[in-house]
Amino acid sequence: MMDRIPILRMGQFLLVTIQVDMHDRLALALQDDLTTKISETGATGVLIDISSLEIVDSFIGRMVANISAMSKILDAQTVIVGMQPAVAITLVELGLSLPGVRTALDVERGMALLQNPRVNMTSYAQAGDEENFDDSDNQN
Amino acid sequence: MPRLATKKILTTVIIKTETLPVMAEHDVVKARQMVRQWASEIGLSLVDQTKIITAASELARNMVIYGGGGTMEIQSLEQYGRRGVKLVFEDKGPGIADITQALKDGFTTGSGMGLGLGGAKRLSNEFEIESTPGQGTRIMIARWK
Ligand SMILES: Nc1ncnc2c1ncn2[C@@H]1O[C@H](COP(=O)(O)OP(=O)(O)O)[C@@H](O)[C@H]1O
Ligand SMILES: [Mg+2]
Repeated sequence: MMDRIPILRMGQFLLVTIQVDMHDRLALALQDDLTTKISETGATGVLIDISSLEIVDSFIGRMVANISAMSKILDAQTVIVGMQPAVAITLVELGLSLPGVRTALDVERGMALLQNPRVNMTSYAQAGDEENFDDSDNQN
Repeated sequence: MPRLATKKILTTVIIKTETLPVMAEHDVVKARQMVRQWASEIGLSLVDQTKIITAASELARNMVIYGGGGTMEIQSLEQYGRRGVKLVFEDKGPGIADITQALKDGFTTGSGMGLGLGGAKRLSNEFEIESTPGQGTRIMIARWK
């Protein structure tokens, strides 16, 4: 009964498009699968497209933060793309600032972020910095 | 001395109401979808819909994780000519001993982020919580147009 979210490989990058309203175990499975895939493939970047996600609550938010932190340990960058404005507004009010999570407006800009390692070196998001949604996209 | 009393007539019309059992993880997804549908039906803006769905997701998950499962009652209402959605989450779990502490951001007795209760309160126009240790927890939230 346990379905999984597909992970596509594109060169050095892994691409994930979340298209369903995820139940918690599906989110946890994605976290595990991505960890395995990164170490198997030696991918240097992970792009997660959440443009179809209608909400991000504290559970899904934590998954996103975990994936981002975990990929860093495995020497890969994670970029979250396509967060709907209503979702971003709600996340801030929920109290989730996603420190250290890189975001971009769309897949194209997310790919550009992953392809430019120097941009990736910029540590712009400090813990507790609530503005990291706003300046996620002014890097290029 | 005679006083002119302006009688405030509180007219709340329940447009419709339904109760959803929330026992397991997949019911949390169902709860979100149901709130989405009802909130959009009464014409809440996309941002307000997203807020109440997110709050509902947090409270429904809490019932599954901490409350041993429960129910979500959903109502669409009309009050003073404005419409809203009201949600009541009720379980017969262990209850919450210290509500003030549970509402604090970052407080968790599990492995969560401790943002569910405080977040749900911030994301709603109305928030009421009652909990008796050993008897259960009841939380009401509402979002008005
Ligand atoms: N329905 C419930 N029944 C019993 N305890 C609850 C319930 N909901 C919340 N709690 C308690 O309140 C704490 C804070 O909840 P919350 O803010 O959602 O954070 P989290 O879910 O991350 O722990 C929980 O860790 C739990 O101890
Ligand atoms: Mg919670």
